Amino acid sequence: MSLNQATRVAVLLSIGQHPVTARARRADQDARALELALQLNHADVIPLHVGQLNEHNEAALRSYLGMGISQIKLIGNSDILLGLEQGVRESQANIVLCGSRAETGEGSGLVPYLLAKKLGWPIVSGLVSIEKLDQGSATLLQALPRGQRRKLKVSLPAVLAVDPAAAVARQSAFGPAQRGAITPQKLSSIEAVSGAEVKHNSALHSFLWQFQPAKKRPKRLKIIKATSARDRFKAAAAKADASGGKVLQGVSADDAANEIIKLLLEESVLNLDGHL
Amino acid sequence: MSENMNNSTLRRDPRREWILRNRLHPQHSEIATEDSSSDVLHEWMGPQGIKRKAPHNIGFIGPNGIRRIDRSGTQQAGSASRKEIAQQPSRRSHQIQHPQQYILVVADMTGGRLSAQDKDILGLAHQLAAKKAETAVMLVVFGEHKEAAFAEAGVDRLLHIEGEAFDGFSPDLRLAWLTAIERELHPDYWLFPDSGLGGGDLGRRLAVELDVHAATGLWQVNLKEQPISCVCRAAASTQDLTRELPRVILALSECAEPISDSLHAVQEFNLVRQPLDQLPRIQDLGAVAVDPASVSLAEAEFILSGGNGIRDWDGFHQTAEILGATEGASRVAVDDGYMPRDRQVGATGTWVTARVYMAVGISGAIQHLQGIQSCDKVICINTDAGCDMVKRADLALIGDSTEILAAVRRKVSELKQEKRHVA
Ligand SMILES: Cc1cc2nc3c(=O)[nH]c(=O)nc-3n(C[C@H](O)[C@H](O)[C@H](O)COP(=O)(O)OP(=O)(O)OC[C@H]3O[C@@H](n4cnc5c(N)ncnc54)[C@H](O)[C@@H]3O)c2cc1C
Repeated sequence: MSLNQATRVAVLLSIGQHPVTARARRADQDARALELALQLNHADVIPLHVGQLNEHNEAALRSYLGMGISQIKLIGNSDILLGLEQGVRESQANIVLCGSRAETGEGSGLVPYLLAKKLGWPIVSGLVSIEKLDQGSATLLQALPRGQRRKLKVSLPAVLAVDPAAAVARQSAFGPAQRGAITPQKLSSIEAVSGAEVKHNSALHSFLWQFQPAKKRPKRLKIIKATSARDRFKAAAAKADASGGKVLQGVSADDAANEIIKLLLEESVLNLDGHL
Repeated sequence: MSENMNNSTLRRDPRREWILRNRLHPQHSEIATEDSSSDVLHEWMGPQGIKRKAPHNIGFIGPNGIRRIDRSGTQQAGSASRKEIAQQPSRRSHQIQHPQQYILVVADMTGGRLSAQDKDILGLAHQLAAKKAETAVMLVVFGEHKEAAFAEAGVDRLLHIEGEAFDGFSPDLRLAWLTAIERELHPDYWLFPDSGLGGGDLGRRLAVELDVHAATGLWQVNLKEQPISCVCRAAASTQDLTRELPRVILALSECAEPISDSLHAVQEFNLVRQPLDQLPRIQDLGAVAVDPASVSLAEAEFILSGGNGIRDWDGFHQTAEILGATEGASRVAVDDGYMPRDRQVGATGTWVTARVYMAVGISGAIQHLQGIQSCDKVICINTDAGCDMVKRADLALIGDSTEILAAVRRKVSELKQEKRHVA
């Protein structure tokens, strides 16, 4: 990729589902991925959707268009993975942006990984923002648990899966949503699905699989394992028992502070490089 | 001679027993003390490996001449039996000498220790291991760790892979190790915690590498069915998917009970063929400083929480800033207007999950303690050594909050300055 050549970003868009009404909508994480792509300077954004267009999902797809893109490429392949691979290859993208998990179906979060494997590209999940695009590499910010962030450098081309902590997607405007085009894509290189490829396809064995509305998970009971009646009674009747912690009484404030700092350093929550 | 040494053969002395029963006998007290100090076993292992008990030897004769049994084991007469009680392991030992199969668990080890979810997953691994004889549960740990209780958590074999690269994000290298393990051991199952970036990421990478359609978001396994089936959360947790159990499993927390009653071997294991070093395509440039005040309370890793015992609120805020801690408060501090409502910790506030929770001038009312149930380490500063927060704390400092916080500020600034000069 030469410097003046724009980065080409394929954004994978799926149909989401409202968690309460179960109505089709734009998928939250995919919309965040599109938002990230639209924020990039000098990048060509290529939105892709694999599937058929029907009255059930048109409104959802159009709400992506309402975010300010002129068209979505529709790939009418039955095998989602194969369709995505071909779509990404044909679009000559060097970055694929997608959500981490789909809101319908299995929602296993495996698709970005499978796609990366098929393309032979590295994958980074938990993306919150793209800091810089260089020649052949991208500097990213990745979300860690507990609101922490980490900086990564990944060689391009790469698949990037967006974290739910990424910036919220802009609202969808009605006018552009109606004007935008959903163009079915004729892919030159779509091959017949070979036997080896079918193995990936979950549809093959999903006849054994049953979907049900999510059950509430049972609350874990506190199991009291005591060998004698005395222990069982104590466990049932006792309130907060001393947990065997260290109690320091009558020490000077300085010694107390030292003890605290020692524990904080042991637990590595105290960063001494920070500002004074 | 040999008969004397074999004290498990009981020899009765009817006269002596009669004196022992008769408290009015002139020799009674003499014989009774002799009896209680002699090493009478009341429990021993028989030759067939069956535990034998002599109920008559349990307990001691109380002041009223009635036999008393103290189940706490503290007042047992006879030094030998007390020692024996102390030595008795409370957990049964679980040994697998020659494993035929392995079940691999790759733990997250947040903060260098097994998380609650890791322990649940080790519990699940043992449920699966119990289906086949001679199956060992092996734990894979990348990088440094501080865990001391692997045996209690159910680790039969430990594969500890050391290296600086594992301090950061190194998915390619980790995957290379996991595939090397796969080649060498071909385990029955691979178990990962389905958590954000740890097991959730690595497990999916391995599943794709091994060409297995992994079970993700698994929360229940039906072991009685043939083939074993499992229930997974699907479609953004709005649906449950019942499917067959694959080889690669990414499980949610509370998917099984953690191990609680056995002690495992924790034998070190080494791979014969280690993976080659490779050029990483993903480079870790390190953590980015995040403003702790912007982190939501429920997510924060380190919380400094203030209550009614804070006199100097400016000092409290400064301390939080210097320590890089997220601020929390008790209800009284919030009601009095010192802290905003969204910083309240407890039953009616936020349930926090911090790894380190520092409670300053908080008495530890039950409503507050409920909110910090899942905190790992609690530090407490309080003037009252008898309050409930001190009982909950791992480190309690009895003293005035203003003074101690000021000392903490001073010391940390000093340390930071020192570090800056060295650098
Ligand atoms: C329905 C209900 C819901 C509630 N929900 C919550 C909740 O969600 N969260 C919550 O926090 N509370 C809740 N409460 C209130 C709770 O019962 C307690 O009243 C409250 O937690 C006490 O706050 P505290 O520990 O800061 O104050 P106190 O109980 O007054 O404790 C102050 C502590 O500071 C110590 N102290 C005093 N001076 C100093 C000093 N100079 N240096 C060091 N230590 C000092 C004292 O020894 C004492 O231990 C709830 C109550 C009810 C009835």
